[in-house]
Amino acid sequence: MSSLHTLTISEAQKLLRRKEMTAGELAESVFQRVNAVEEKVKAFITLTKETALSMADEAQKIIHVQGESGAPSLLGIPLAVKDNMCTKGILTTCASKILQNFVPPYESTVTSRLKKDGYVLVGKTNLDEFAMGSSTENSGFHTTRNPWDLTRIPGGSSGGSAAAVCADECIAALGSDTGGSVRQPAALCGVVGLKPTYGRVSRYGLVAYASSLDQIGPITKDVRDSAILLNVIAGHDPADSTSAPVPVPDFTKVLGRDIKGMKLGIPKEYFIEGMDKEVEHSVKKAIATLESLGAIPVEVSLPHTGYAVATYYVLATSEASSNLARYDGVKYGLRAGGKDLMDMYMSTRAQGFGAEIKRRIMLGTYALSSGYYEAYYKKAQRVRTLIKKDFEEAFTKVDIIVTPTAPTAAFKVGEKTADPLQMYLSDIFTISVNLAGVPAISVPCGFTSEGLPVGLQFIGKHFDEESIFKIAYAYEQTTDWRKRRPAL
Amino acid sequence: MKYETVIGLEVHAQLLTETKIFCGCSTKFGAGPNTQSCQICIGMPGVLPVLNKKVLEFAIKTGLAVNCSVSRYSRFARKNYFYPDLPKGYQISQFELPICEHGHLDIVLDGAVKKIGITRIHMEEDAGKNIHESASGGNYSFVDLNRAGVPLMEIVSEPDMRSPQEAVEYMKKLRNILRYLGVCDGNMEQGSLRCDANVSLRPDGRKELGTKVEIKNINSFKFVEKALEYEIMRQLKVLEDGGRIIQETRLWDSVRNVTESMRGKEEAHDYRYFPEPDLVPMAVDQTSIDNIRSSLPELPDKRRERFISAFGIPEQDADLLTSEKSVADWFEEAIDLGGQPKDVSNWIKGELMKLLNEEGKTFDECLFRPSGLVGMLKLIDNRTISGKIAKTVFEEIYRTGKDAEVVVREKGLVQITDSGAIEKAVDDIIAGNPKEVERYKAGEEKLIGFLVGQVMKTTKGKANPQMVNELLKKRLSE
Repeated sequence: MSSLHTLTISEAQKLLRRKEMTAGELAESVFQRVNAVEEKVKAFITLTKETALSMADEAQKIIHVQGESGAPSLLGIPLAVKDNMCTKGILTTCASKILQNFVPPYESTVTSRLKKDGYVLVGKTNLDEFAMGSSTENSGFHTTRNPWDLTRIPGGSSGGSAAAVCADECIAALGSDTGGSVRQPAALCGVVGLKPTYGRVSRYGLVAYASSLDQIGPITKDVRDSAILLNVIAGHDPADSTSAPVPVPDFTKVLGRDIKGMKLGIPKEYFIEGMDKEVEHSVKKAIATLESLGAIPVEVSLPHTGYAVATYYVLATSEASSNLARYDGVKYGLRAGGKDLMDMYMSTRAQGFGAEIKRRIMLGTYALSSGYYEAYYKKAQRVRTLIKKDFEEAFTKVDIIVTPTAPTAAFKVGEKTADPLQMYLSDIFTISVNLAGVPAISVPCGFTSEGLPVGLQFIGKHFDEESIFKIAYAYEQTTDWRKRRPAL
Repeated sequence: MKYETVIGLEVHAQLLTETKIFCGCSTKFGAGPNTQSCQICIGMPGVLPVLNKKVLEFAIKTGLAVNCSVSRYSRFARKNYFYPDLPKGYQISQFELPICEHGHLDIVLDGAVKKIGITRIHMEEDAGKNIHESASGGNYSFVDLNRAGVPLMEIVSEPDMRSPQEAVEYMKKLRNILRYLGVCDGNMEQGSLRCDANVSLRPDGRKELGTKVEIKNINSFKFVEKALEYEIMRQLKVLEDGGRIIQETRLWDSVRNVTESMRGKEEAHDYRYFPEPDLVPMAVDQTSIDNIRSSLPELPDKRRERFISAFGIPEQDADLLTSEKSVADWFEEAIDLGGQPKDVSNWIKGELMKLLNEEGKTFDECLFRPSGLVGMLKLIDNRTISGKIAKTVFEEIYRTGKDAEVVVREKGLVQITDSGAIEKAVDDIIAGNPKEVERYKAGEEKLIGFLVGQVMKTTKGKANPQMVNELLKKRLSE
C-alpha cells in the first residue's frame, strides 16, 4: 500500500506539480487508507469515492496543462468536509435524523471556493448533531473514535474531520467552530485546527447552529496547510452580510519569520487549581520553548473568563432555538405523520432531533421568552461585550495569548454523556474566543502518559491570523509532536 | 355614559421593488406557484439573507415624507413562530431600533386639519401563502412561497384617531403619499396595502386608554369603516350592558360584516424577538438621508398649495384633485396642454368622475386622456359647440377615445352660429307661441327662458344659446 495519504497539502502539491504522482494515485491511496481504517474510526457519514475520482481526473487534466507553476493550491488535493456544509447534490445531514435525506440544491461558499481551486472531495464527516457537542457522541448516526485510542472520543463537534485528518483518511479537512468545535477535536486528535476571526470566512451554506459565533476553519496535519487552506476559503462574500470586506493576505508568507520579541500573553484565569496536571505540564513546557525562541511571556488578565461558559450557553442556545425552527417537516427533511398540523410539527421534531438538540432548543426558547429575555439574553449580550473588552485590553499589552486548548486529553466514550455540564466544560478554554470573535489555533504540544495528544492554543487579535500562523509555525518547527502518528 | 373612540392603525405596505428583500427573486404578482422562490425563500439549511438596498431607501423615503426621524443606527430582529407559510420558522422584521420613528401626517375632515402621529416605520419580509384544496381521496394543503420575502413596510400610527371616518381619511392620505413616493402601488384588493386596527373605548374625558381589541384582515377603505363601526358598536353594547372588554385579536369577516374573536390575550404569541444575527446593523449616514430627502417628489400637501396659488382654483377643488396622485397628474397634464384650470377641474369633478363611477372604475383605471378633454374645451371656446352639447360630446369621446372634432363632425353637432338659420328658428317659435309672446310683452320677462328653450329644442341644441337669446329679445322688442 502506498503512503501517499500521509502527505500534507504542501508535500502533495509538490509531487503533483512535478508530476511525480497523479491526482488519481493520491485519491486512490486515500481511499485505500479509508478502506483500511474507517471501520475502526468511523469519521465519515458519507464517502464520495466516485465523485472524488472524477474530480481527481479533472484535476489531473489541469495539472497536465498547467504543470509546475500556475496550478491552484488545492488542485487534486483530497479533502474532507464536515457534514454541516452544503454540497450540491451530495447528502448533507448535520448528523441529524431530521436531515438524513437532505440533498442540498446549492453549494456553500466555502466548498465552491474549494471546487474552484480544484479540490477532491473525499466525503462528509461526522459531527455532533447540528454541531452541538464536544465528542461526536451526539451524532444521530454513530460516534467517531479517536485514532490514538479507539475507546476514546475524538472531541467535537468536528470530531469526524479531526479524526479523518489524524488517521490520514484525507489530506486535510474543514470543520466549523462555534465554541471550540474545530480546536478542541484538533487538540484531542493531535492535529492543527484554526478558528478564523468571525467574518473572515463566509458562512453561506454552513448550516447554522449559532449564527453570531459559527465560523468555518481548516483542520490540517501542520500549520502550513492551515495557512494554505485559509488562503482559499477566506474573504468577503456578498452572500454573507456578516463576512467582512477586509483584504486577505497570503497567510503562508509569514511562516518561518522570527518570533523574537513577540509578547506572549499568559492569562492567569486559564491556569487554575484543579487543572489536569499533564495538560498543564505540556503547556508550561511549550511556553518555555517559545521563550527560548525569543518570545516574551507576559501575565495578562481576562477577568470575565469565569462567565464565558454560562454566557455562551445562553446566547448559542437562543440563536439555535430560532435557527432550528425551520426543521418542521413542511419543506424538506424528515416528516412524521400527524393528525393535524401541530401534531405533525411535534412528532417530526420529536423523532428527528436528538436529546441534546432538544435540550438546547428548550434552553434557548426559555432565554428568549418574554419576561426572561432581559435577565438572560440581554444580560448575556452585555457580558459578551465585557469578554470582548477583556481581549481588547489584553491585546494592548501582548501580541498573542497562549492557553491550553482543552482542560483534559481525550476522554472515554460514554464518560461524560450522563452529565451535560461536565461535557460543556470541555470547551472552557475555547468558548471565550468565539464570544470575542477573535481568531485562535490549536497545535499539538505533547502527549500524556497514556499517549494521548495535548493541544496548545494561540489566540490573536481580530483579523490577525498572521501572528497566529507565525508563532504556531515557529513552535511546530522546533518540536516533533506532529511526526508522531497513531498506530491504527 | 358617553364614550370616546380611540383608534390606531398598523398599515402594511408592499414595496414596489423589482426583487425580494433578502434575495434576488422577482416580486411580480401572479406567477405560477413557487416559480419565484429560491433556496433563500424556502429557508434551506445554511442560507443567509442579504438586504436589498432599495428597501432601506424606500423606508427612509417614506419616513421623511411623513416627518419621521430616520434612525442613524437600526437593525433587524427575528420574530419567531411556526406556520407552514413561514419557511424559516421566523420572520425577519424589526423590533428595537426601527428605521424611522416619531412622525406625523395631517388629515382634513369637514374642513378641519388634524395631526395623526406616526409611532414607527419598520421593514420586514412577507410570508408565503397556504392554499387549502380538497382533492379526491383526501384533503391537501399547499404552500406557495412566491410571496415569501416580498418586502413590506409596517407603518404604525399613534392612537390618535377618534372615528372610523378619521381612520379612513388617514388610510387614504397615507396611501396617497405612498403612491406619490412610488414605493407602494396601494392596491388593497391585491393586498399590497393592508391594515390592522386597534380599537378601544373610554368614557368621555378620561385620560387612560380602555382595553384594546386588534382587528385583522381589513383590505379596503370600505371595510376599514365598516369593521370599525361594527367593532365600536359591539364594544359599546358590552360596556353599556355593564360588561368588560376582553383584550383579544378579532378577524373582520367581510361577508357577514362582523368581527370575530381569533385569539385571546392568553393565546397571544410570544414571538421571542431578538436581534437578527445574520444581518449586520444598518448605519445610515446624514449624507444618504440628505440625498434621499432631496430626491423626494412633490407631496400631496405641497401640490395642493401650489394648485391653489398657481392655478387659482378653489380649495375644495384642490383637495379633490390632490387626493389621488393619478387625478392630480391628469389635471396637470390637461393644464400643460392648454386647458383652463377651472374648466378642467369642473370637468374632472363632474362628468369624468361620474362616468368612471358608472363603470365602477377608479381613476387609475381611467383610459381617457387629458388631450381629449382639452381638444373638446377648445371647441367650446371657439363656439363650435355649446356647453350643453359638450356633455354629449364628452360622453362620446370618453367611450370611444375619438377626437372631439371627429365626434362633432360625425354626429353633426356643430353649433349653429349662422344668424340666418337662427333667425328663422326664432321667427318660427314666435309665430308658434303667440300666448307666451303676449305675456312676455306684458311684462312676464322670465318667459324668455321658455322661448329660448323652445328654439334650442327645434335646433336639437345646436344653436348658439347666446345668439338665440339676443335675437329673441331683439325680435320681441320690435
